[in-house]
Amino acid sequence: MTILAEEKQGVTIVSLSGEIDLQTSPEVRKSLLTHLEQGKDLIVDMHAVGYIDSSGVASLVEAYQTARQEGLRFSLAQVGQGAMRVLQLARLDRVFTIHATVDDGLESLKPAGG
Amino acid sequence: MNTEAGDGLLFLLRIPARANRLKLIRAAVTEAASLCGCGPECVSELVLAVDEACQNVVRHAYKNGASGDVVVELFRVGNHLEVRLTDFAPTVDPASIKPRDLKDLRPGGLGIHFIRELTEHAGFVAPPAGAGNQFLMRKRIE
Repeated sequence: MTILAEEKQGVTIVSLSGEIDLQTSPEVRKSLLTHLEQGKDLIVDMHAVGYIDSSGVASLVEAYQTARQEGLRFSLAQVGQGAMRVLQLARLDRVFTIHATVDDGLESLKPAGG
Repeated sequence: MNTEAGDGLLFLLRIPARANRLKLIRAAVTEAASLCGCGPECVSELVLAVDEACQNVVRHAYKNGASGDVVVELFRVGNHLEVRLTDFAPTVDPASIKPRDLKDLRPGGLGIHFIRELTEHAGFVAPPAGAGNQFLMRKRIE
């Protein structure tokens, strides 16, 4: 499991790669919550996630809820077929904002008229 | 359909019920299910169901710092795969395990929902002598 973070246009982009399971999901949870503490909108780039289970999904849900409480926007980008199937099983594909690409996500977060 | 594996036991794995062993279990289930002719989607679904059931053993059966083994057995029975997970923890009350309402958005509580969605049958059965619990899952090979 590798977690990389960068900032683009004032938005934090966290790129996850590898398998998110009971062993690695605490690290994902901690990283997402720590980055949200910076008070910036956050996009999770999921394109290199080869596997995610319910504990990984729980980390995403907790980050989503924390972001909402803080008035921040939280979204996913480039969700692969396997991870999307898991989100669909959890009916979370209807809850999370999911972008085709990170650039699409950044575009959607631009201030209106800007 | 590839039918390299006939009826019977495909593998038996007895390992410590720890989070860092789940990847090993997933690899074994992946290989065995593929050997039986499961397609990629069927394999992925079985792997997730077994992973979630093993997580329940790690997190809930062996709780409060307790530790112990889990035995994972995968059988081929006709056109189904049957997984038996046996632990040596105190016996769990099956009525205490319920999926949460998916409309109730909160972290956790999804594992049992995934297992039920991804298998044809899932539930506790009488454990063998000396064991605490045995959880049985059945999935059609497709």
